[in-house]
Amino acid sequence: MLKSLQATDSPLSNTQKQLDILSNGIFKDGSLDTFAAKIKKTNQFPLRPKKIEILQINVGYMCNQVCAHCHVDAGPDRKEIMTVETMQQILDVLKTTEVTTLDLTGGAPEMNPNFRWFVEEASKIGVKDFIVRSNLTIIRANKKYYDLPEFFKKHNIHVVSSMPHWTKGKTDIQRGDGVFDKSIKALQELNAVGYGMPGSGLKLDLVYNPSGAFLPGDQLSLEKDFKKALKEDFDIQFHNLFAITNLPISRFLDYLIASDNYEDYMYSLVEAYNPAAVANVMCTNTVSVSWDGWLYDCDFNQMLDLKVASKSKHISSFNEAELKDRNIIISQHCYGCTAGAGSSCQGVVA
Amino acid sequence: MEKTYYDPADLKKFGKIVEWSEDLGNSFFEYYGKVFQEGSLSAREKSLIALAVSHAVQCPYCIDAYTGDGLKRGITKEEMMEAVHVTAAIKGGAALVHGVQMMNKYNKLSM
Repeated sequence: MLKSLQATDSPLSNTQKQLDILSNGIFKDGSLDTFAAKIKKTNQFPLRPKKIEILQINVGYMCNQVCAHCHVDAGPDRKEIMTVETMQQILDVLKTTEVTTLDLTGGAPEMNPNFRWFVEEASKIGVKDFIVRSNLTIIRANKKYYDLPEFFKKHNIHVVSSMPHWTKGKTDIQRGDGVFDKSIKALQELNAVGYGMPGSGLKLDLVYNPSGAFLPGDQLSLEKDFKKALKEDFDIQFHNLFAITNLPISRFLDYLIASDNYEDYMYSLVEAYNPAAVANVMCTNTVSVSWDGWLYDCDFNQMLDLKVASKSKHISSFNEAELKDRNIIISQHCYGCTAGAGSSCQGVVA
Repeated sequence: MEKTYYDPADLKKFGKIVEWSEDLGNSFFEYYGKVFQEGSLSAREKSLIALAVSHAVQCPYCIDAYTGDGLKRGITKEEMMEAVHVTAAIKGGAALVHGVQMMNKYNKLSM
């Protein structure tokens, strides 16, 4: 199994090093516009939030998988885990905000020892759309997780799971040996309790990330191909496919540099820049909360340690009005969310 | 002149051909775009055909473009290689079928 950048003491485990790479070279010598320069041309600078509809909570970086593209640099060797105290602070905020979507991510969120307590308590408050980003294999990783499909069903959780391809080879090369078979089994178990079935209120969506240095194709076409293949080969059904672009940070940045694809990838992101996508990028309606309670414009900024440009920087001092009155922090990685039809944790945006 | 005939960076400049012949260039790209839309054949099937033809015409720009296009569409390496074998079979067959012409000529001239 791979190790995290942090465990291998990679230079890229230093977020400043990543930001330096993204700000120098082709973006310094004028070959490509910086993201700020690009959005200035369409009068979209500074980027400002519209409202806070989604609270995305990263409950910890621990994961049972080590995916080659992971922007979190998650893995079994990561020990950052959200405490009950921080969870309680989030619950307190939830009671007072206009947030309609709670989006739990990680790592594998289910590995946080207080995950189930948090889900139960947040469910009591009532959230319109309660998402858990499950990597699927966690459901088959250990007996204590076998009942997760029933637990999700009990709390009407909207399950969003990664699946880079409908074939074993392309899935395992990105997510690790054996991941495809376990994911298929987990999807069948989710289907068995009603998730993903036509007309079912139990939402099961899949996330597609390209397994390499290329951008995702058309989301609807990919969804059609995924649905056909998974139904024919494994009798699996799901609702929607979200095609998400890999952002050039963390482990994916490491891969881009090591495979000599970094510059070409950045050129393709910039060439595919779509001003229409800028208006709907997820940082305009999302606040991301880290395992230790800090606030960020998105999960990617969290991984680059770019805290929100607001007096309200921590969940303990969450102030919706202050947060709505902030400028969103941007760098060249933001091109990943504005390429083509755009990209967000909810798929395309334009 | 460049020291090599092909530069990968030139693929990105393809659109510049319009600058020296605007009407013809624009007409070509409009036609090109329509050809690759979903039709009786899916855009995915057309991408594989384009990849096979790229090998037949041995165009490095086209191979570059349609390998990337196939990856974006989720086309597997096995599907891509089968498409290239179709090219090889047709090109090989095209050479070999001329063997009949050779045989005809041989037989005509021989006692």
